Amino acid sequence: MEFLIANFVEILFYCLAVLTVAGGIGVLLFKSPVHAALSLLFTFVLVGALFLLRHAELLAAVQVLVYGGGIMVLFLFVIMLVNVKSLAAEQVFMSGIAPLAVVGGVLLGVLIAFGLVFGVLASGHGDGTALRSVDGEEIGNTEAIGAILYTKYLVPFEVVSVVLLVAMIGAIVFGRRSAALETGGGGGGP
Amino acid sequence: MIGATHYVVLSLILFCLGLVGVMMRRNFITVLMSLELMFNAVNLNLIAFSFRLSDLAGQVLAIFVITVAAAEAAIGLGLIIALVRLKDTVDLDQADEMRG
Repeated sequence: MEFLIANFVEILFYCLAVLTVAGGIGVLLFKSPVHAALSLLFTFVLVGALFLLRHAELLAAVQVLVYGGGIMVLFLFVIMLVNVKSLAAEQVFMSGIAPLAVVGGVLLGVLIAFGLVFGVLASGHGDGTALRSVDGEEIGNTEAIGAILYTKYLVPFEVVSVVLLVAMIGAIVFGRRSAALETGGGGGGP
Repeated sequence: MIGATHYVVLSLILFCLGLVGVMMRRNFITVLMSLELMFNAVNLNLIAFSFRLSDLAGQVLAIFVITVAAAEAAIGLGLIIALVRLKDTVDLDQADEMRG
C-alpha cells in the first residue's frame, strides 16, 4: 500500500500508457469501423488523462471536448452515413511494403534517438509551476495559456482561424451533391 | 519519476501504430483514424516537452495542432462522402483515376 502511494504517478502513467497503446492497436485490428472508432475514442480520453499528468489541464479538456466530442461524432456520423456493411471487404495492403518499411523504420529510429537525446539533455527540470504562471504570478493553466495566446501568439492564432474557415468551405464543397459527382463525369456542368 | 523520455517512447509507439495503420489499411475511414492517432502522438510529445522545459509554447502549439487536426478530419470525412457518392466504396485502391 505504501509502495502504491509513493509511486502513484508512475503506476498511473504505466497503466494509462498500456491502455492507450491497447486502444491504438484496437484501431488497427478491429475490422468494423464502429469498433475502431470506439477504440479511438478510448485512446483520446486516455491521452487526455496523460496530458493531465503533465499539468496541461486546458489541453486535457480541449482533447476530450474536441477529439472525444467533435471529431468522434464526425467519424461516427460518416460511418453511419456510408453504411459500411454494404461495402466490399477490405484487402489489407501488404505486398511491396518491406523496403519502404525498412527505410521508414530507420528514419523514425534516427528521429526518436534525436528526441531521446534531447529529452535527456534538455535543460530545466520542470515542476509545472511555469505552466500556470504569468510574469511569476501563479494564476492557472487556462489563464496562462490565454495570456500568452492573445499576446505573443496572436498572429498564428489569427492564421489558424483562416485555416479553419478554408477547411469549412472545403468540407461544404466536398459534401455538396453536385451534378458532376452524381454522373461520375468530370466535364458535366450543372 | 516520469520524465520526458517515458512520454517520447509512448509517443513513438502511438505514432508508429498510426503510421502502420495509414500504410496497411485500405479503408479510408480507418486511415483517417490512424492519422488522428499520429496527431495525438505529436501532441503528447509537445505536452511532455512543454512540461520538461517549463515553457507554455508547447501547449500553445498543441492547441494549433488540435485545430489543424479538426480541420483535417472535416475535410477528410467530406472526401469520404464524395468518394462514396462517386464509387460507392471507401476502399482507397478504388480511387485511382489520377494514377499516371
